[in-house]
Amino acid sequence: MAGRIGFYSVTCLIAAFFAIPLLWLISAPFDASPTYAVEFPEVTLANFATILANPYALPSLLNSVILAIGTAAFVVIGAALAAYALSRVRIPGRDALLYLLLLLSSVVTGTAAMVPLFLLVSEIGAAIHPVLGIDSHFAVMLVMSSGLLPAAIFMLKDFVDGIPPSYEESARVFGASPFRVLKDIVVPLITPGLATITVWTVVNVWGNFLVPFILLRDADKQPAAVLMRTLYTEAGQPNLALLATFSLLYSLPVVLMYLFVSKRYGFRFHGGIKS
Amino acid sequence: MPSPPDERPVETADRVAPSESGRRATTDVVGLGTARAVWFVAPAMLLIGIFLLFPALWTLYIGSTNFERTGPNHVNPEYTGIDNYTSVLSDPSFYNSLWVTLLFVVFSAVIGQNGLGFWLAWSLRRVDRRVRRTVEALVLLAWILPSSVVAFLWIAMLDRHGGTVNMLLDTPGAAWLVDYPLASIIIFNIWRGTAFSMMLYSAALSSVPPSHLETAQLAGATGAQTLRDVVFPHIRGHVLTNTLLITLWTFNDFGPFLITAGGPGDQTEVAAVYLYNTAIRDGDLGYSGAISLMILLANVVMALTYRRMLRKRSAT
Repeated sequence: MAGRIGFYSVTCLIAAFFAIPLLWLISAPFDASPTYAVEFPEVTLANFATILANPYALPSLLNSVILAIGTAAFVVIGAALAAYALSRVRIPGRDALLYLLLLLSSVVTGTAAMVPLFLLVSEIGAAIHPVLGIDSHFAVMLVMSSGLLPAAIFMLKDFVDGIPPSYEESARVFGASPFRVLKDIVVPLITPGLATITVWTVVNVWGNFLVPFILLRDADKQPAAVLMRTLYTEAGQPNLALLATFSLLYSLPVVLMYLFVSKRYGFRFHGGIKS
Repeated sequence: MPSPPDERPVETADRVAPSESGRRATTDVVGLGTARAVWFVAPAMLLIGIFLLFPALWTLYIGSTNFERTGPNHVNPEYTGIDNYTSVLSDPSFYNSLWVTLLFVVFSAVIGQNGLGFWLAWSLRRVDRRVRRTVEALVLLAWILPSSVVAFLWIAMLDRHGGTVNMLLDTPGAAWLVDYPLASIIIFNIWRGTAFSMMLYSAALSSVPPSHLETAQLAGATGAQTLRDVVFPHIRGHVLTNTLLITLWTFNDFGPFLITAGGPGDQTEVAAVYLYNTAIRDGDLGYSGAISLMILLANVVMALTYRRMLRKRSAT
């Protein structure tokens, strides 16, 4: 019995450990005069007006949306084409390529490559076109896509490998053109895989701090991840009403996506972990 | 972009590699053919090649120059051979960051996330469904929220005046991020990353046959004995996998920067922050190239160990 009580108190303590930092995120945005302390708010929605008044807040969220959509488009299209071809066709050197990709995806991180990435993007921007250089959303999308693509290709290749080729075969037998088979048979079959990759990419890009922090210097171009840090490190007292409300708005999409995914697919590893 | 498929793909496939055509006929039923398949793979490989592989190789070159972000060495960097590498290896700040990173990885990932994740997975198996769901959701929330938001939540919580921690522990005025900066980011990272270990271990634990657990219970084994003799042999592979993955991730984690930016002084300057400070803050790009290479090498070793282990496991 004592063991049972001890067990539940430890569980409660751990739950509290995980819950306490999050309380501020719920209480402060609705507090008329937020402080660092978590307190029962004097409820108001006035803080959301400060967001509208801040010249950077909403644009930065829009920048995050742009980066997320653009990167997701690159990753989904690039990974879908590559995963299908790698799954169905024995390109010479395929296994070596897959091995290299797997290795690259874990070895070359934004951290290890931040210097050459910064240099590369500045040089390309100066030499070819500013749209590929520093302060360009497009360049950030390309860099983030390349970091996510290896893992995305692997995830999607698993999906494609799981589809029996006989589906495509019968469509071919009935005279469908290769393009039609891809469009009407393959794409609908791998839609759950494409959805997974999309959500995974969006969540990754939404939270990514390092890449936009290094590659975007112009405050008008920075996404929410970078603005968030600017808001609390700039000189003087940080505006807590703004920070709290902005944190909540910025977090909400990820939380909603999590709820959606966990409801639809169950947010856990199923059965045997792939190894 | 790939060329649009046309009407002669099947014969292309057969012509390119006749020796394998039997096998291809069973898989490449759309008749993509090797040539078009290469076009399909090309866009992704191009991006990966330019923005992932090339930068990794470039660090080798940058590391052997005295390149700087501004000034004369920016315009005309000189080739300095292995000078940067030798000076990194004799630089006390390098060893400081190595030591800080080691402490950070061992305490926050190997011990903290691993231990807490396992404990949660093990103890939540049998509690009420709603309790379990709630605790899991909280742990997951810490994992999925954007890093700059959680960093600020912790700054607020650890704040000297009015922070929640000082209120709960009744230690008004304690400046945790100044007096115990490394401990603070270690606890923060445990909070942040335990979700992965928890999920991996709860999946792993479901692979332990319930009959074995029942037998152990009937034989009168204590909880610790059951864990050691029944559970652990089943999940040993998962423990290794999990430890290696979270080690690799934590080693490369830039998160501490958002809370302490490496300070005060260099007390929380983990490898990633050290690299950032050298390269971007101080503009000493050549020197930082040498540091990048060290980080890359460490990653390669960890990744290869991981691959080897997986192969060994699938072989047995």
